[in-house]
Amino acid sequence: MSASVEIQLIAILISVACALPGAFLVLRRMSMMTDSITHTILLGIVIGFFITHELNSPLLIVGAALMGVATVWLTEMLVRTKLVYEDSAIGIVFPMLFSVAIILITRFAASAHLDTDSVLLGELAFAPFDRMVAGGIDLGAKAIYTSGALLLLNAGLIFIFYKELKLSAFDQSLAAALGFTPAFLHYGLMTLVSMTAVGAFEAVGSVLVVAFMIGPPATAYILTDNLKSMLFLSAVFAAGGAVIGYQAAALTDVSIAGSMALTVGVLFTAVFVFSFKRGLIGTLIRRRRQRQKLADYTLLDHLCNHRNKPEEGVENAVATLPLHLCWNDEKLLSAAGRLQKEGSIKIVDGVMYVTNEGLRLHDEFFRL
Amino acid sequence: MDALWKILSDYTFQTVALGSALLGIISGVIGSFTVLRRQSLLGDGISHAALPGVAAAFLLTGSKNTEILLGGALLTGITTICLISVVTNYSRIKFDSALALTMSVFFGAGLVLLTYAQKIPNANQAGLSRFIYGQASTLLQRDVLLMAFCGAAMLTVVVLFWKEFKLCIFDPDFAKSIGFSVGRINMALSLLAALAIIIGLQTVGVVLMSAMLIAPAVAARQWTSRLWLMLVLAGIFGAASGVCGTLLSSAAAEIPTGPVIALCASGIAVFSLLFAPGRGILHRFYLRRKAQVNAAAERRNEV
Repeated sequence: MSASVEIQLIAILISVACALPGAFLVLRRMSMMTDSITHTILLGIVIGFFITHELNSPLLIVGAALMGVATVWLTEMLVRTKLVYEDSAIGIVFPMLFSVAIILITRFAASAHLDTDSVLLGELAFAPFDRMVAGGIDLGAKAIYTSGALLLLNAGLIFIFYKELKLSAFDQSLAAALGFTPAFLHYGLMTLVSMTAVGAFEAVGSVLVVAFMIGPPATAYILTDNLKSMLFLSAVFAAGGAVIGYQAAALTDVSIAGSMALTVGVLFTAVFVFSFKRGLIGTLIRRRRQRQKLADYTLLDHLCNHRNKPEEGVENAVATLPLHLCWNDEKLLSAAGRLQKEGSIKIVDGVMYVTNEGLRLHDEFFRL
Repeated sequence: MDALWKILSDYTFQTVALGSALLGIISGVIGSFTVLRRQSLLGDGISHAALPGVAAAFLLTGSKNTEILLGGALLTGITTICLISVVTNYSRIKFDSALALTMSVFFGAGLVLLTYAQKIPNANQAGLSRFIYGQASTLLQRDVLLMAFCGAAMLTVVVLFWKEFKLCIFDPDFAKSIGFSVGRINMALSLLAALAIIIGLQTVGVVLMSAMLIAPAVAARQWTSRLWLMLVLAGIFGAASGVCGTLLSSAAAEIPTGPVIALCASGIAVFSLLFAPGRGILHRFYLRRKAQVNAAAERRNEV
């Protein structure tokens, strides 16, 4: 396999592995916890390094994952005191831990290659250099296997605990009442997020883990109401972002990880703006239609209230209606135009009269 | 004692300490508003989103002049706020997801720009990374003057619009009903936050700006329920963190200033959470203990 194919494979595996648990985080409004965890795993790595004095030890990964869970636990503990809001709690815990990490690194481990740059930024381009060799055979880049394992783990656990995760994402109290231990699921999900972040940081760096965990699921969230579809679409957008991002980076010779994050952003923007049902354009159109309908029925109701009454000629006259409804002329004319076109009103000698059809529509709308 | 005096009279120390103190005051005051609006992580988001602003400013102007780079950062910060606003108002994506998404995408864009800058011949972009991690110890007098000027301007705005800000934070519906444009006032508050963050980037860097915006405000909240007092206390705590942080990191060898300042701020917050009278965690233990003693005494009386 050529290096570029390997890189793209790793990128796809990592991005999908991130997007799957990310979907649940988006639904539970815990997106910023990913940012928190991706910063504090640095402390876990540092502590692991101090214990083992070895950069490649698996203890570093374990330490990092544990630190992720510890971050969540500390944050939750702080929230439970009811003295701070959730977002403030996150914002107190992780900078504290991150500061400790930076101080420890600069003071005691400056000579080791524990580069904060590579933790936060990551470099996928170097992944193919680290090979997995078994029995003298080169099986490909090691990162393929680690990210593949991560993806299998995430997909597997989500598959096994699908019902529980689904319920606790949408109805925590019911989940607790039915006996699904919400704490277990919560910390379980967070452990998964930590491990994924650790597994991915080497490839794409901490901050871009956030992009892959939140971006594709948010994009999918706009498009669908179905959790399974959302998971599927998240995976598709994640993989797509990874591949397109890599190609763009290869073409323009820029940071691969940065390019992938940017692609995720572009995909989100495209879906956000152009999605018909829930996107920007769709929402603007829908809200305009709703405003028009409200205006139409307000006018119709006013006309019906004064219908066949002695004051009809004054109340329902085109000239006086703007005053009575507190509308400007433009609004009145466009509403009247729409009502006329659908046959609800007739304008005779500058007075608006409601037709039978208009009366029927009016009663139906107000359920009289 | 002698060593302490030597540090305190050192010119560099005084500059850095003053800058950090100013930063502490500004972030304490502005941070109080963001914490009360439950948008504390906006600081984190804007600081990450500042990277492409800095990189773009450098690429477009070729200058590493502080004001220009900070100006670029401010522009992307404002863009971030507007984008998050649009996304949350026109789709069902919530604030936290929009924030996380925007900040990581912008940061990625920043990386792309940085690596692009690397290819330009003679482009020495070494100074750009200090915006990520902050280099308080390299603060110059002109940087401190800029901070002082901006800080004074921001505090003036806070004083002038005190009533409006206070109302819109605690009762936006009532504010809207009496005719205030709540949207514009919220935008003004967010802009102040963006400005505060941009100013602080040089000192403590991207990640730790969150601590400076949140910790002093949270600490102050534990001691009072009155907004003006909370702002004053937050400013004092922030300034104290700045000065202590600078002092401690100067006293020991090879310790970066930014993280120590952030730790001091967090320390003050934790202390306040534990020991605040009437609210703190220790106070709760005391109340619980008192209740237990009273209950035991009552049982004895009944028997």
